[in-house]
Amino acid sequence: MAMAEQTGPAACPGCLVGPEIARRADEGRRGEGGTVQLALPTIHCAACISGVERGLLDMPGVNDVRVNLTRKRATVRVADGLEPSALVSRLAALGYEAQPLDTATLSASESDRTARDLLMRLGVAGFAMMNVMLLSVAVWSGATDATRDLFHWLSAMIALPTVLYSAQPFFRSAAGALRGRRLNMDVPISLAIGLAVGMSLFETINHGEHAYFDAALSLTFFLLAGRVLDQKTRGAARSAAAELAALESPVALRLGTEGAETVRLSEVAVGDLLSVRPGARVPVDGVVTEGESEIDRAFLTGETDPVPVGTGAELRAGEVNLTGLLTLQATAVGEDTLLHGLADLVSVAEEAKSRYTSLADRAARIYAPLVHLLALVGFIVWIAATGDARVALGVAVSLLIITCPCALGLAVPAVSTVSSGRLYRQGLLVKHGTALERLAEVDAVVFDKTGTLTLGRPSLVAAEDVPAETLALAAALAQGSDHPRSRAVVAAAEGRGLALPEVTELTELPGYGVSALYRGERVQLGRADWLGSEGSGTVLAREGVAIVSFAFRDDLRPGAAQLVATLKTRGLPVRLLSGDGEGPVRDLAQSLGIEDWRAGMLPGEKAEDVARMAEAGRKVLMVGDGLNDVGALAQAHVSIAPASALEAARVAADVVLVSPDLSRVAEALRIARIARRRILENFSIAALYNAIAIPLAFAGLATPLSAAIAMSSSSIMVSLNALRSR
Amino acid sequence: MDVLVYLIPVSLGLGLLGLGAFWWTLRSRQYDDPEGDKHRILRTDYDEHPKE
Repeated sequence: MAMAEQTGPAACPGCLVGPEIARRADEGRRGEGGTVQLALPTIHCAACISGVERGLLDMPGVNDVRVNLTRKRATVRVADGLEPSALVSRLAALGYEAQPLDTATLSASESDRTARDLLMRLGVAGFAMMNVMLLSVAVWSGATDATRDLFHWLSAMIALPTVLYSAQPFFRSAAGALRGRRLNMDVPISLAIGLAVGMSLFETINHGEHAYFDAALSLTFFLLAGRVLDQKTRGAARSAAAELAALESPVALRLGTEGAETVRLSEVAVGDLLSVRPGARVPVDGVVTEGESEIDRAFLTGETDPVPVGTGAELRAGEVNLTGLLTLQATAVGEDTLLHGLADLVSVAEEAKSRYTSLADRAARIYAPLVHLLALVGFIVWIAATGDARVALGVAVSLLIITCPCALGLAVPAVSTVSSGRLYRQGLLVKHGTALERLAEVDAVVFDKTGTLTLGRPSLVAAEDVPAETLALAAALAQGSDHPRSRAVVAAAEGRGLALPEVTELTELPGYGVSALYRGERVQLGRADWLGSEGSGTVLAREGVAIVSFAFRDDLRPGAAQLVATLKTRGLPVRLLSGDGEGPVRDLAQSLGIEDWRAGMLPGEKAEDVARMAEAGRKVLMVGDGLNDVGALAQAHVSIAPASALEAARVAADVVLVSPDLSRVAEALRIARIARRRILENFSIAALYNAIAIPLAFAGLATPLSAAIAMSSSSIMVSLNALRSR
Repeated sequence: MDVLVYLIPVSLGLGLLGLGAFWWTLRSRQYDDPEGDKHRILRTDYDEHPKE
């Protein structure tokens, strides 16, 4: 709703100032407000676009909303003072899940520009190819002498600038490779395009019969199409990764002399006092100086039970504060935190992964030298046989054009674009370029327990056995608390449709529990030892006497049982590695039918275990979410982390599962296998074409027409085959 | 064959027109949100907030 400032010619010098000031004020106002980016993972239809846009525009302070359905994002221009959290809660009320994104982390403009640049080059190449091919029709249908020369010259005038502009990416990459004394796919491509154009120009000048302009241009066009697809896949993966990084804006609440201020994590120094609200993640390693609370360490250790902490307790970055406000003195920041200590582990493993040679690389390694050798042999044989350099060069060029990895250049990108798109619709983001191929090779699967196979969230055991009145009273108490167990009690009461009784003087004692007055009696809900009872459970007490004890369990993630069953029927060995105690791990393993499980694993042990499996020749898929899994995720052949995982785990993983449904992992394995099969099929198609065309070209029988037909049809075959993986 | 003098420039001109149209779609960022645009075009409500 930007107002356009139309400034006409000024009637007097003073008139200039007025609109100028107004414009500046307008800009200033727009600058004060800001742009908020929201991730909308659940939107999928036209009604969703309208719902989100209209719903947000109705809010006071929202100036403009634009939903991007492709990226599942909304860009909202808001006035000053409107918090992103208000937008999120508004959307939640409308039934759309939303998460604010850190705009600073999201600067995908670079890859956007490259994509547009490549698309423009493709457009120009396509235009030139069509026109030159039409002009060639005249030559093929028998034009001679001056007419043929005219059409050749016209083709040259279109082809030369086009090749100079459109084929630049190949020339640059080839020059880079040669400078590093390497051979890549772009060297034969550049050589073929360059030689074809050069020789055609020579023929045109000398009134020759054949020109290869159309072949050079269609080569450029099809190879660029492969590049565009490749860029699209990688761009989507990159923007998805950036989005995941932007989900957690790294800020801390620092207590200064003038009260609390929000600072970036990088600005926090050792010794700073930080405030950690209930429900927030601990930003840095530190010692509690004030306050009492309970801490959820599931990400770090895999334990599901919260740990009580008080003054003097040591906290690690990544833990979640549950009930009370804590003041924390930072003891280690940035690189020194345990969280970052794991980053080294990740970078070592990342390097190993970048050494993985993809199918395309392996093919190129055989292919590139072979093509050059073949062209050279053709040239030598023909010059020895005829002594005519012009004929010999012609054979060499047609060999280069025909063998050029046109189909090869399309074979892999086309398949990976189609497959990644399909995985995205299934709720999986492929972050790493070779992840799809590595996923297809998996022959063993390792799971983490807490937060991966389970939701990492307690739920009440045997809620239906608790008397209705007691459960309602407990829920009335629990309402005032954000503790996960309190929420589980409330959810259980809601599940049974109970009306909650009224309680007064509701107070929460952080780290212990909640107390209130009910019909004049003191009722308390909290830790068993606080209420003088045995065990680690949660107890409801009336007048200091425990009346009922609640037990909790960690619920299975939806699709977990189905996934394990599917993997077993496919004959993939499944292993469970958990940092949690033996009891809960055994229960879970038994309920899922996993025979191979280990409990009480330290983070290092998990990584070692995965490494041992790799040494035994296993290609391991690791699925995990916690800090204790990061090493194992990085060590595994390929890894998947759920979107709820800690940032470090999502960074280490190759694939992120956005959908809450774990059974999609089996689907991902299936799609990856299909993709691998299609890539290999595409290679066979390309090889078959070459097997037929190379002898013809070698014998000097390949005309520009047959070269153009062979190349185009093989490229189209390969693309159509790739589309079958849909 | 004199007609070629007109026909070739005309055919090239038409081709360039297509290329120009493609360039314009690229410039006006029409490939940013293909998913959303395909739904937006069928909506019944008037889009008061077109992309700038």
